[in-house]
Amino acid sequence: MKERSMVPRAEFSSYYGRPVLKKPVWAELDIAGYFFTGGVAAGSALLAAGADLTGRPSMRRSARLTSFAALGVSGVALVHDLGRPERFANMLRVMKPTSPMSVGSWLLTAFAAPAGVAAASELPVGRRLFGGLARPAGLAAAAVAPAIATYTAVLVCDTAVPSWHAAYPELPFVFAGSALAGSAGLSMLLSPVPENAPAARLALLGSALELVAAQRMEGRLGLVGEPYREGKAGAKLRASKALTVAGAVAAATLGRRSRLAAVAAGGMLAAASALTRFGVFEAGVASAEDPVYAVAPQRERVEQRERVTEARP
Amino acid sequence: MTAVSDQPRMGFFTDTSVCIGCKACEVACKEWNHVPDDGYAFLGQSYDNTGELSADTWRHVAFIEQPRADGDLRWLMSSDVCKHCTHAGCLDVCPTGALFRTEFGTVVVQEDICNGCGYCVPACPYGVIDQRKDDGRVWKCTLCYDRIGAGMQPACAKACPTESIQYGPLDELRERAHGRVADLVAAGVTDARLYGDDPDDGVGGTGAFFLLLDEPEVYGLPPDPVVPTRDLGLMWRRAALAAGTFVAAGVAAFAGRRGGR
Repeated sequence: MKERSMVPRAEFSSYYGRPVLKKPVWAELDIAGYFFTGGVAAGSALLAAGADLTGRPSMRRSARLTSFAALGVSGVALVHDLGRPERFANMLRVMKPTSPMSVGSWLLTAFAAPAGVAAASELPVGRRLFGGLARPAGLAAAAVAPAIATYTAVLVCDTAVPSWHAAYPELPFVFAGSALAGSAGLSMLLSPVPENAPAARLALLGSALELVAAQRMEGRLGLVGEPYREGKAGAKLRASKALTVAGAVAAATLGRRSRLAAVAAGGMLAAASALTRFGVFEAGVASAEDPVYAVAPQRERVEQRERVTEARP
Repeated sequence: MTAVSDQPRMGFFTDTSVCIGCKACEVACKEWNHVPDDGYAFLGQSYDNTGELSADTWRHVAFIEQPRADGDLRWLMSSDVCKHCTHAGCLDVCPTGALFRTEFGTVVVQEDICNGCGYCVPACPYGVIDQRKDDGRVWKCTLCYDRIGAGMQPACAKACPTESIQYGPLDELRERAHGRVADLVAAGVTDARLYGDDPDDGVGGTGAFFLLLDEPEVYGLPPDPVVPTRDLGLMWRRAALAAGTFVAAGVAAFAGRRGGR
């Protein structure tokens, strides 16, 4: 069944229908892709620490390696997206709390060394070099991970892009849930079934967090919620929700008994996490391209203020 | 912004009621600042074949043809430019420090620092700053930082034949603009209003402000722009809560049925 918007199309003026805002110049594969791989790096660091502390060596090994591999892909994507990649080091030229991208650059820097040591210690060469450091490094990476998993939501919300900016109360929870579900899914995919129980539970918790937060967000947003439901973005987000539900159910039931079911559940959850990031990215771009999303809510605010002023004696 | 000297904040007052649409500002800006060509397009949008402000267009003249009740046509012409906001979104989010606040209170990109991350582009509530594709960096109006530093006026203001573009200390410009609106309203032009002159608006007032004859959106300007970073404190708080939830979920996943694999 095709959904139809129940919100009447807002009346608004524009200059030849041209956008009021510039849409993001980021390449979707690089940046939406990074939101996914960055979330996986963070979620896997959390899983690795949990596995280490509860004595699940195979899960720890796969989570540490997944985390660092995802971080590596993230780094390549982020540098590749720069207009001047050779100047990537300028990201660490200043420390600016008003810039979520600056904060993120420092977070990734702080995350990279311990995540690298923890991953290296899982390989024969690294074990000889960093053997004793493995646990402290893994815990240090896990300490930075929650910030890595959520700052990317602040990064997109801190723009004038209507559907991103208005989403700031819920989007960090959507991204946190997506990171948990996606990395738990990959853990189920890569770890032996007997060690899967915590990942299955985390898949369930992460999926629930993401679905509830997304539901609240789309219900609250009104006009600027439209891009999350329509077009390519809407299709990706619907697919993501379906895969999240299917993946979480499979993870919680058969995934703890059958290797095949664990692989299927994990694959669905990882795909859902990626689809969420691409869907959110595309919804934001769509909201910047159509002037109605910038103008109509602002015009509404102006009229609201005027009504208040007129009502005064 | 703290005053580091007695240099007053400088800006533009663009009085669109006397703009004649000659585009001398667009041309003078391109010539002085060596801004590359932005394409030879026929847009079919009145006399506007420039379209919008971009990395390669730092002044843009908008043309609006409005049918009037008496069957005649009303022309609106307006030269748009970077607003040099008091609270500038582009400047706030720039991770490298390439964007900075000058001693004139203007906002300028240091082209030798910018690494083309593109964050400033969607952070501008006016859609001004943009990335130059073949160059990778972002570009916008500098309010002719080089010229005003040498005591000259910006190229566009210098070239404007009707003084639609006025350059000067922002305080003086605001005072003059309020007088101009009062004169126009008294003369029967009741549509006249200022845009960007209010220090209490969502960007703390703009260093380049305008006298308009219709709603801002008619000119392609946002009616109530807000700097995205105004809500950044709230955003970090929500992210901190989400990060806490992330950790709690992890703890719950491993604590549940302890010992059971």
